[in-house]
This record gives sequence, structure tokens and C-alpha cells, in this order.
Amino acid sequence: MKLSRLLLVLLALACSAVFVAACGDDEEEQPASTPSQSDSGSGGKIERNDANAEVSLTIGSKNFTEQKVLGEIYAQGLEAAGYSINKDLNLGDQDTALAAVKSGEISAYPEYTGTALLAFFGKQADELPKDPQEAYEEAKAGFEADGLVALPPTPFTSSNEVAVTKETADELGLKTISDLEGKSQDLTLYGSPECRQRLDCLLGLQQVYGLKFKKFTPVDIAQRHEVLTSGRADVSIVFTTDPQIQREQEVLLEDDKGMFPPYNSTLVMKKETADEAGADLAKTVELIQEQLTDENMQELNARVDLDKKDPAQVAEEYLTETGLIGGN
Amino acid sequence: MIELVFAQLQRRDRSGGDCVADNGICPDWIADNFDRYLDPFWQHVYLTLVSVAIGFAIAFALALLAHRRRWLAPPITQVTGILYTLPSVAVFFLLLPLTGRGNTTAIIALVAYSLLILFRNFMAGFDNVPDESKDAGRGMGLSYRQLLWQVELPLALPEIMAGLRIAVTTTVGLTALVFLAGAGGLGEALFADINFRSNVLVAGGLAVLLAVVLDLLILALQWALTPWMRARA
Amino acid sequence: MSTTLAFLGDFGDAFDYIFHSRESQAGGARVGGSELLPLLWTHLKVTGAAMGIAIAIALPIGLALGHTGRGAFATISVSNVGRAVPSIALIAFFVAFFPRTPEFWNVTVALALLAIPPILTNAFVGVRQVSRDAVDAARGMGMSGTQIVRSVELPLALPLIFGGIKTSTVNVIATATIAPLVGVLTLGDPIISGTVHGRAGQIGASIVVALLAVLAELALSAVQRAVTPTGVKLEKGASARASRLGTLKRRIQTVP
Repeated sequence: MKLSRLLLVLLALACSAVFVAACGDDEEEQPASTPSQSDSGSGGKIERNDANAEVSLTIGSKNFTEQKVLGEIYAQGLEAAGYSINKDLNLGDQDTALAAVKSGEISAYPEYTGTALLAFFGKQADELPKDPQEAYEEAKAGFEADGLVALPPTPFTSSNEVAVTKETADELGLKTISDLEGKSQDLTLYGSPECRQRLDCLLGLQQVYGLKFKKFTPVDIAQRHEVLTSGRADVSIVFTTDPQIQREQEVLLEDDKGMFPPYNSTLVMKKETADEAGADLAKTVELIQEQLTDENMQELNARVDLDKKDPAQVAEEYLTETGLIGGN
Repeated sequence: MIELVFAQLQRRDRSGGDCVADNGICPDWIADNFDRYLDPFWQHVYLTLVSVAIGFAIAFALALLAHRRRWLAPPITQVTGILYTLPSVAVFFLLLPLTGRGNTTAIIALVAYSLLILFRNFMAGFDNVPDESKDAGRGMGLSYRQLLWQVELPLALPEIMAGLRIAVTTTVGLTALVFLAGAGGLGEALFADINFRSNVLVAGGLAVLLAVVLDLLILALQWALTPWMRARA
Repeated sequence: MSTTLAFLGDFGDAFDYIFHSRESQAGGARVGGSELLPLLWTHLKVTGAAMGIAIAIALPIGLALGHTGRGAFATISVSNVGRAVPSIALIAFFVAFFPRTPEFWNVTVALALLAIPPILTNAFVGVRQVSRDAVDAARGMGMSGTQIVRSVELPLALPLIFGGIKTSTVNVIATATIAPLVGVLTLGDPIISGTVHGRAGQIGASIVVALLAVLAELALSAVQRAVTPTGVKLEKGASARASRLGTLKRRIQTVP
């Protein structure tokens, strides 16, 4: 008697769990942590406009450190400007992120001009502009055709690069990527999963430089340096803003055939989103980006990758140290 | 136009050896940053408990159904069994376009996985009820419903609880993968820096701890609910 | 509604993916069809190696413990803790702590550790449930401990042992799908790298892995039936309930 009643209670609890799940948060949306600032909202360069609270934005990002930091910076900065912000960072690679913007799952994410040109708009290596501004204009035009808006780019550029350890470079006498010719068939290359089909990655190395590698192993992009230092990879694809390059004394091979375009970061969103968000959006983003130089971005990446700080915390540090948020 | 004069961020000298930068096991860092793991931990707990609870409810309903109509048992076992052979990662990715990133996708997949374990153990529990007890009950004039609730379910409880234990520990393990569907959890914390030993230890350790604690809690519940087993053991 | 129809269409595309190779989503790489064969081979290699190591470790220990009757608590604990460790955590542990080891071996050892508990448990219970009379008779005939294990307990424990192997194998096949996250390209690669292989790839690879698991289960079930002496098959139903071993089995949660 008592037992069956208990079972009924268990069943009831289980059923109420159904309601909890149904009524609970469906998305993993975390409100951005409010950076420390005075109550009046004034002080620092980003000005809060309470009218913006009606606009709800979901900031996304791709799946590596720099992207997570950028996502946090934009999220916290825009929140300081008064927008209602949700975050959905760490989505995946560029195709996943673009699909997320187009489907409306996120409002905006930071893409790189070079990535857009090669991965989205099918530019060939010989058509690539060398000038960052030109690259931005072309990317912007490409996005426009899709109904997307690309805001003006950051000062920093974070380019794909081919990296080897110092030992490998000395042993094989490698200075440029072309030096790999004739030697690459004995070397293993590690890259991200999408590297296989990107013209600024394995595909480009095959087509532009005519290189064949002994083996290509796709790994999670976060491992791009680990595979070099542990000796598993002879060659790896890294980013120029990575702090590990200096720390591990990796050698970046010079892109003598011009395979890599400029990679400045630009915030991409649907045109409707930009219109709805109003002029404050572009203005705030421009303010935020002013101080995103190569050195600063490297420092921020170092704080996450080497100091092991949380990207959200590092973003807050950036915004306060540059005076964008807070009293000083 | 891009301006040329910027403020520089404060930079640390990172040239020296450093436990954290070398990806080692750093107790100081763990102590300072432990609060980073709390959100993923509670998210993990939430997903596990909700999924097992829903799975339990559905499995219970199915078991009652299959108990009444015996011929339903094999087909239900087959269907839940098929769900089980699909790799969990696959289920997450396949559901993504339908249910989007987030908790919903994760819970649906986790529920599907716990269904087989729970349903199978419900049926095993029913099978293990001694015929003598059922005969005695029928002899006493108990109806089908009374027999089910007063005789069969109590006697099936050990198997049911055992199934619940397996389901919970398995679900904790599977929940470690829901970060692929955007649902966070300890897996997200783990993969945030898979090379950093301290991180792997804390995130992985918390997952194991959670599974062990939940397992023991259900074991305690089982002990409380089956006094006659206690006397025997 | 349109999503359901689109989903059905995806299945056709998935079957096409399994049998015909095609260009990757964004072009440049070949995926699907014959390109799946190296992935399948790696998947089988990892599974085989992991199971080999697991059986080599768990079987002797399980048999020895079951023969002496000691270590029931330890076996139960190993089984419980083993279930509690998420596979991804174990793989991550090996990757983080042994970065210089080739990732194939990191993954294999991690999977082997995951495969050990069911085999260990089932070997232990399998030996324990051998009728004491048979063992006493053998002892009376002058057989040594090892001989008893080999000639009496092991053959009679085979059904349960194969049950444990079956469980572990299916688990390992399923878990090997996350190996691509750390660089071991199994059939999980199309599932995880959806932007390269496309939806067809994700569904197609899932079907192949599921089929692999089902085949393994069927094959090992057949072996399990083949090694079960007829007498034991008949007796199993009645005695399992009545005997004390039924309780022990329930506590340890073996899969028959």
C-alpha cells in the first residue's frame, strides 16, 4: 500500500520534471555578465542608451579562443550600450556560424574578411586582394548579396599561417612555404576539420603550392599548437595572433605565393538586425574595435590561452583597461 | 579610416616557467578558478536529472502497457534497442536542425538513451516476481490492478532501482557530450581546454563525482524502499 | 511537416553517401563511398585493439577472483565506478596527460579501460555461479586450481563472459565515434565534421555505426548461444530466480 503510493509520487515527480523541462530555458542563453560600472551608467566611452533595451541581440562566435574573446567583448560592450544581450558562443566553424546567422539563431558573429572571401564567396588565390581595406570591401559586397551586413573591420588581422617547430625549420632549412616542396611528402600536417576544403588551408597548400603531405589529420582547432610541441605534427596551421608562437618558438613559414588574404575581423549580421538596432550599434562597435590592435589582441589571447583566464573575464579587462567601460 | 594611435593593454612577462602556461596540475589555479565550474556542474545535474526523470516516466508507462499486453514487450524492446545502437553523438547532430541548439535537443537524446535501460529493467523486474507470490495474491482475491501495485511492483523494485542506477550513471556520461549540441555541461568545460591538465582533472573529476554520488543516493533509496532485502543480505 | 519530408529525403541522400563518394560540402575534398573505408578500418582497429586489451586484463582477473570467491566488493565497486566515468573524460585525460603518445593509443587505452568493467564483472559472476558440486568433484579428482578454472569453471562461465564481451563491444563501437575530436579518424568523423561531409554524411555514418553495433551484438549473441551447454540453458530460467546468485547478479547488474 505504502509502496505503491510512493511509486505514484515518484511518477508524479517524474511527470513534473517534464513540465520543468518544457517551461525551462530552451536555449543555452546566458545573459552577459554586467561589467563593473557606476550606477548612473555614465563614465567610460561607451554610452548607455536605455532605448536600446528593446533590441535583443544574440552574439555568437566560432570555436577558438580569439573568437570567444571577441564574442565576449562585443556582448559586454553592446550590453553597456544598453542592448539586451544573449550569448551563444562556441558554435563551430565558419560554415556553422554563418548558417546560424542566416537562420536567425544568432544575431551577429565576428567573421574574418579573408575567411569570408575564400570560404563563402569562392575567391581563388590569384584574385585575393592584399590590402585589408580592399579585402573588407569585397567581403562586404559578398555579404550584401546574401542580405547580410558586415560592419567596418578591426585594426588587427589574424591570419592563418603554416607553422613548424624551430627544430624542424632548422633541420629542413625552411623559411617559406615553398621550401616545403619536395619535403612535404614525408611530413604530417594537422589542421581543423574544415581545413580539408579551405583554400587558405590544406586545399590551398595543395593547389597553390602543389604540396602533398604524407598525412593530414584533422583535430579540434584548440589543439593546433599542442600537436606541434608534442611532436605528433610536423606542420600545423596556426593564427598569427596566437601567443604560443612566441612562447614555443615556433617558426611561421612565409607565404611567398600569396595564398593568405588579410584577415581583419568584421561583425556580420542580417540587414534587418542592423536596421532594428539603430545607429548605436555601429557606433558602439566602432568604439570597441578602435583598440583591437595586433598587440592587444595577442595580449588578450595570451590571457586566455596562457594565463588560463575565462574569456568573459578577459573581455571585461579589455573593456575596462581601455576605458570603454567604467570610471577609469 | 583606421586610427593609428591606441592604448596598449598591460602586458605580463610570460617568458618564465609557469605551471598554468605549461598546462600542468596547478592547485592554486584550481582553487582560484573553481567557481568557473559551478555553472557547468549545475547545468550537468539539471540535464541528467530531468532526462532520467522523463525517461523513467515514459519507461514506466510503457512497462505498464507491456505488462497488460504481453505481446507489446518485444516490439518496444526492439525500438528502444535501436535507439541505443545509434551513437549518442549522432543523435545530437541529427536533432540539431529539428530542435535547434540547446537543452531541448540534449534532453530528447538523453531520454531516448535511458529508455532502453529503464524499460528493460522494468520488464526484468516483472519477470523476476516469483509465480508463488502472484498465485498467492490471486488466491487472496486481488484484482489485476491490486496485484500489480501491491505485489508485483514492490517485488520488482530491486530490478527497477538497479536500472535507475545504471540509467543515471550512463546519462551523466552522455551529458558530457551535449556541449556538441550547445547545451553546456561539464563536457563544455572539459573541451574548453583539453590540454590543460588541471582543467581536465577538475571537469572530469566533477563528472565522475556526480555519477558516484547519484549512484549512491539511489542505492540508499533502494535500501530504504526494500526492507525485506535488507533482512536477507 | 516540410521538415519531416526533408528528413525523409535526407535518408535517401545518406544511403547515396554510403555507397558513392562525392565532393565535400564546400568542395575540395572527397567524402563518402569508398572514402569511408579507411574510417571504417580505423574504427575496427580501435575497437579490436581496445577489446583485446580489455579481455586480456579483465578475463584472467575475473576468473581468478571468481575462483577464489574473494573480491566481490571490489568487483562491484569497479563496475560502478567504471560506469560513472564519462568516456570523453577518460579520452581527454589520456590526451592531456600523455601528449607525446600517438593519439591512436591514447584512445585505445581509454576505450579499453571503459570496456573492462562489464567483462570483469561477468567473468567473476560467471565463475561464481558454476555449481559447487562440479567444482568439488573436480577437486576430488585431484585437479589443481588452474586446471579447475580452465576445464570446469571457464567453460561453464562462457555464456556470461560472452555476455560481458558483447556489452563492452557495443559500447566501444559507439564510443569510438567521438575519437575524431582528438584526431583518430573513425566513422565518427562524418558525424562530427558535418560541415565537411554534409547532412547526408552525418546520417549515413550514423547508420553505418549503428549497423556495426547491431552486427556485433548479433554475432556475439550467436557465439554466446553456441557456447551455452544445453543443460545450462534449460536450468537458467528457474535457478536464476531462486538462487542467491540472482541477488548477486542484480547487485552487479550483469547483462545476460
